[in-house]
Amino acid sequence: MNIEQIVFYFFAASVLISAFFVVFMKNMVRSIFLFFVTLFSMAGLFVFALADFIAVTQLIVYVGGMLVLMIFAFLLSSKTILNKSEEKKSSLLGLHYIPGLFISLLFFLILFITVYQANPDQLSWVKNSENIIQVNDNTIHYIGVNLMTRYLIPFEIISVLLMMALIGASHLARREKKI
Amino acid sequence: MIPLAHFMLISAALFCIGLYAVLSKRNAIMMLIGIEFMLNAAILNFVAFGKYDKLHMGGQLFALFAIVLAAAAVAVSLAIILNVYTFYKNIDPTVIDQLRD
Repeated sequence: MNIEQIVFYFFAASVLISAFFVVFMKNMVRSIFLFFVTLFSMAGLFVFALADFIAVTQLIVYVGGMLVLMIFAFLLSSKTILNKSEEKKSSLLGLHYIPGLFISLLFFLILFITVYQANPDQLSWVKNSENIIQVNDNTIHYIGVNLMTRYLIPFEIISVLLMMALIGASHLARREKKI
Repeated sequence: MIPLAHFMLISAALFCIGLYAVLSKRNAIMMLIGIEFMLNAAILNFVAFGKYDKLHMGGQLFALFAIVLAAAAVAVSLAIILNVYTFYKNIDPTVIDQLRD
């Protein structure tokens, strides 16, 4: 087991453990802050798939933008939830968790069997691929060239969509004027 | 060299954790976090398979597009959650069950 595998499985374990705690933690502030840890470790896994540009984008967009937004919304909207959490715990006995747990465990079983049977490392286009990204490749160069040639239309469409979404969000979140 | 199956298993586990959060959490923000987990799992698969196609870079570019879409979705849905909170004083989706004013 070389150092690459050790670091990879460390990141994988930290993704899964922190995601598990995000979901099962009672305290919502702690779970949102643990969401940071999950996203950081996901960026680490992206680096191991030789997608360093995606990893940096993940850090900037998710950790820099989205999480700040999420904490902001949480602090604006959760006054009642923080007070109510104790009475809910006693009245429901945790029973409403069971169907969701059951469905997600079964779904994981299905995905596990699918991955086992698909055996992705033996696929012909993976095995015989001649243009695998090497560690010392300049992936940003390839991304830039492809973004401006092959994927130009999706790029333009997604930029318009992002602008529409941001204008819509700021329109929705504004305070109504009393006339 | 990490085998592809391990990437897929990690993303499958993350997807199921997100599915659990969407199905059984009683807070709109926690459901949103579950959706983010599922999106991140999909992005991990895109990136892991994108390693085998250097010329077209389909996996990495679609991962980039998915990140942008997720950011747009989070901005809009947090705005909606804030509006719902100012109206109902609550963001539990099981309580909010009427469309009229």
